[in-house]
Amino acid sequence: MADAAIARESTTAPMLAVRGLNAWYGESHILHGVDFDVARGEVVTLLGRNGAGKTTTLKSIMGIVPRREGSIVFEGRETIRMSSNRIAQSGIAWCPEERGIFASLDVEENLMLPPVVGEGGLPVAQIFELFPNLRERLHSPGTKLSGGEQQMLAIGRILRTGARLLLLDEPTEGLAPVIVQQIGRTIAKLKERGFTILLVEQNFRFAATVADRHYVMEHGRIIDMIPNEALGASMGKLHDYLGV
Amino acid sequence: MTEIFGIPTQALAGQLLIGLINGAFYAMLSLGLAVIFGLLNIINFTHGAQYMMGAFAAWLLLSKLGIGYWWSLLIAPVALGAFGVLIERTMLSRLYKLDHLYGLLLTFGLALVLQGLFQNEYGSSGQPYRLPQEFAGAFDLGFMMLPRYRAWVVVASLIVCLTTWYVIERTKLGSYLRAATENPTVVQAFGVNVPRMITLTYGFGVGLAALAGVMAAPIYQVSPQMGANLIIVVFAVVVIGGMGSIGGAILTGFGLGVIEGLTKVFYPEASNTVIFVIMVIVLLIRPAGLFGKER
Repeated sequence: MADAAIARESTTAPMLAVRGLNAWYGESHILHGVDFDVARGEVVTLLGRNGAGKTTTLKSIMGIVPRREGSIVFEGRETIRMSSNRIAQSGIAWCPEERGIFASLDVEENLMLPPVVGEGGLPVAQIFELFPNLRERLHSPGTKLSGGEQQMLAIGRILRTGARLLLLDEPTEGLAPVIVQQIGRTIAKLKERGFTILLVEQNFRFAATVADRHYVMEHGRIIDMIPNEALGASMGKLHDYLGV
Repeated sequence: MTEIFGIPTQALAGQLLIGLINGAFYAMLSLGLAVIFGLLNIINFTHGAQYMMGAFAAWLLLSKLGIGYWWSLLIAPVALGAFGVLIERTMLSRLYKLDHLYGLLLTFGLALVLQGLFQNEYGSSGQPYRLPQEFAGAFDLGFMMLPRYRAWVVVASLIVCLTTWYVIERTKLGSYLRAATENPTVVQAFGVNVPRMITLTYGFGVGLAALAGVMAAPIYQVSPQMGANLIIVVFAVVVIGGMGSIGGAILTGFGLGVIEGLTKVFYPEASNTVIFVIMVIVLLIRPAGLFGKER
């Protein structure tokens, strides 16, 4: 029943609709008309080589690219002209590639830093269930954690806020396989709980274990969309796209 | 008469007290500079002029409107804080993406303009500020007389400094401030209105300078140059303590005030230069300052 409701909603209007998105850093034109949709409750990845524009796409949705044009509609509201704090308040949360853990804050302060923007955020106790390591290190400075723990902190802190769409930028980058698996299980649990996730990944083997659909980016455009079921059949194509 | 190292204790205690008083002002002013520099990345050269305007505000309130010291302690920082907000919104906010040098030039120029305006209006000779009645007299400590007002200045500035430190280092609001000092982009992407926080922080820093100015009014002459004379030393204090360190600014402020006072007793010839000598030594050994972090 709930699934049917979600399905019906997702066919009528996507949670996030990106149309003709262009973005610039100074003089360099990075995105050249990006189009894609994310439905409520989906886990969608952006795949592509380095420099294809995946991170810039996330940053544009978050409103932190200095110059952007086109249309980004989130839950029916146009956000392309909004400042990043207003975009966050509307229910989107971002976990940056460099993780953005604060050295002058301890783990607890880092975890509690993002303001609550809506209802339905995870209670801190459940975040500790997902990432037990964090509970043991609450009073360490944020950047004294290991890379994996910092990644858990960077994801954990945005689960509290009630944001409904999570933008995760390469959460598995540079982490040990066992931690990559833990993050994979976390993403699956978050999907069960109804979070919508847009994930940037280099590692499509990991992406295949968590995502519903994959968009492939090249030179600042979306060049293909592959449903996860079709991933096996599209391996040849994907190898060409990603050059792996 | 008792002596320590051949110096009468009375003279020693007297200079220690003067050192503590000066240190109180160094601490309050360098605290404001440190907070502003941390978040805005701007070296606020207008700080001395804002301190001077705080003292003038107290003097004007008393001589023109008959409003006394206690109300001035509230009105002057709020009014000057609002003035700071105006400066930040109309001028400073345009400079954040540019080199440090532009912020320095703008705030330095502003300081000269403001000092010039006050000098034009009130001349360069100082105006006396009558000590509030409550502070007449002194405590007899046995070995020295401690004027009530001076005791108040030391205690009040300690309270102001420690409260500011507590708010920044130990509260939720402070964690926003510390986080935004490190990475404003991420903090804003969490939904915090960082530009507004920056504006209010500048206003707070300026208000702190004005508060120091009001407290200074009964001790020093209220004159257009009072800030310019002090701010050079305060910048040395900030450099020694380390840019952007809150606790460092407070400790170094009081510490250097006392060192300066002691130098007056033991080697008076060096009392005007001792802080700068310490600055040179600290810069050679720890370029980021005693409590600063490399950035």
